Amino acid sequence: MAATDPTGDTDPLVIAGETFGSRLIMGTGGAPSMHVLEEALVASGTELTTVAMRRVDPSARGSVLDVLRRRGIRVLPNTAGCFTAGEAVLTAKLAREALGTDWIKLEVIADERTLLPDPVELLDAAEQLVDAGFTVLPYTNDDPVLARRLEQVGCAAVMPLGSPIGSGLGIRNPHNIELIVEQAEVPVILDAGVGTASDAALAMELGCDAVLLATAVTRAQSPVAMATAMRHAVQAGRLARRAGRIPKRRYAQASSPWEGIGTS
Amino acid sequence: MPTSTNAPDLLIIGAGVIGLATAWRVARRGLAVTVLDPAPAGGASRVAAGMLTPVSELTYGEEPLLHLGIASRDRYPAFVAELEEVSGRRTGYRRDGILEIAFDSDDLAFLEDLRRFRQSLGVPAEALSGRECRRLEPMLAPSVRGGLLAPEDGSIDPRRLTAALLTAAERTGVRMDRRRAAGLVVERDIAVGVRLDDGTVLRAEKILLAAGAHSGDLDGLPDGAVPQVRPVKGQVIRLRTATPFLGRSTRGVVRGSSIYVVPRDDGEVVVGATQEEMGFDTTVTAGGVWQLLRDARELLPGITELEFAEVSAGLRPGSPDNAPALGPSPLPGLFLAVGHFRNGVLLTPVTADAMTEILVDGTVPEVAVPFAPDRFAEEARA
Repeated sequence: MAATDPTGDTDPLVIAGETFGSRLIMGTGGAPSMHVLEEALVASGTELTTVAMRRVDPSARGSVLDVLRRRGIRVLPNTAGCFTAGEAVLTAKLAREALGTDWIKLEVIADERTLLPDPVELLDAAEQLVDAGFTVLPYTNDDPVLARRLEQVGCAAVMPLGSPIGSGLGIRNPHNIELIVEQAEVPVILDAGVGTASDAALAMELGCDAVLLATAVTRAQSPVAMATAMRHAVQAGRLARRAGRIPKRRYAQASSPWEGIGTS
Repeated sequence: MPTSTNAPDLLIIGAGVIGLATAWRVARRGLAVTVLDPAPAGGASRVAAGMLTPVSELTYGEEPLLHLGIASRDRYPAFVAELEEVSGRRTGYRRDGILEIAFDSDDLAFLEDLRRFRQSLGVPAEALSGRECRRLEPMLAPSVRGGLLAPEDGSIDPRRLTAALLTAAERTGVRMDRRRAAGLVVERDIAVGVRLDDGTVLRAEKILLAAGAHSGDLDGLPDGAVPQVRPVKGQVIRLRTATPFLGRSTRGVVRGSSIYVVPRDDGEVVVGATQEEMGFDTTVTAGGVWQLLRDARELLPGITELEFAEVSAGLRPGSPDNAPALGPSPLPGLFLAVGHFRNGVLLTPVTADAMTEILVDGTVPEVAVPFAPDRFAEEARA
């Protein structure tokens, strides 16, 4: 079901020709239990959820893939845990075989301490996977130049980080996110760093097309409540972006007395 | 098809800690009990480290499980005393507290959040400085930032525990049958027996499923009779030391990654555990061993001097809400003690007592009420 804004327009997210009503993409890591994860995914309204291929057995009963199947949520396999282009490409191919999807969220991590993307390996892997027919959604640094290069090699979206994975530090460089949004012709998905609802809303206000998050929900005291908050935040941020915010002023400007419809 | 003649009152599928303890307690009440398992004490019970802590692995939303865990922990002293007397075997039971350590300041913030959560549930934990932690455990890395002490918690050696339970069960008249249960025999919507893999049918008045991660494997289980139980793989390392290395079980949060080190009186030091959603796979991997040793060494630098004795992988029986299903299943004649996930050893005494009351007296003790198997029914329909 596509989201409808108050003017009646549908405003779907389109990635590589596929349409999604929800602009919130979820991850599954860190959930306290399958039951809580399932409830949180439902509450988030997500239609696309990413799963680490190295951490699931696609044939196992009762796994997170079962939950996604049961709830009709499309699975986006990812290459979490890969440190080289070679591992990432291999993992993506195994995912395609196991899950029958050529969509891949590409992660190539530089080190365990920061979990920051390795830009050189990432670009290399992206290029190889695009050539192999994958729909590639790369998790990238908030570097506008790298984002552009990823788009140029044929990625279907770019997914800059707000701050390191699991840190909950929000968007540390909103200016770079704006630059990425300005130049991108593919969807920009803010990935990683969201700590609370205002971070997700800010990403959408900056012009991102979607937000991907996991820890902020799965490790919250009430994952279901936080998932609901994120759903609303993404919608609110998106509407605010489309509504067109007022310019910031240094001094006050009374809202009603002399002009407009507020006259008495 | 051949059918055995003298049918037991109770047939238990699975000789892990849960099945064996229940068999022993039920037989003590005078019922004829048979336990089916091709490899008794060979599943997750063999791999488990045996930490007895209802709080250390607790997360938000799992308060009912906390109360069950506390009830079970507090039954352990009497349970072990009786078990050691009946079996004539030691179990390695200790109640000398569990220390939880934060490695860096992010980990300390996480632990402090947990401390406040536990306090709100009425389970206070003592907050210790890094220096105080190291006074208790001098082998801890100089950099540790702080910790919590849960003085009521402890540990047991699950291998000794299952060995003692096997002896106690047999001495109490339990029959061990080392054949594999292949299917459930259902007649007129009542579970009346178990079909073995050689085709033999064993009939019993009541059947208890306690097969851990394999509890869903049985043929002939009607839809919805058993909640979804999935295998969650854990790799565990066993080290050995001739000189005392660690005074008490110690859990660490090391850069967001969780590790525990459990010392035993006989010099064994257990390091665990990975948590992997890999189906029924029990291979031990280079990455699993590396991750455990990496974190253990950060926490206790001297640990690399210990002898490497063993690495093994077991399958935790994970239920959808991490809590066990205890009680009658929707199928008359079939009872469940499944889905204990990370807490099988901890929950053994309370499970055995609750299942005994359910099976022998037909009443559900209050402590088990929140864990009725039918709480998953709604999910199964979704």
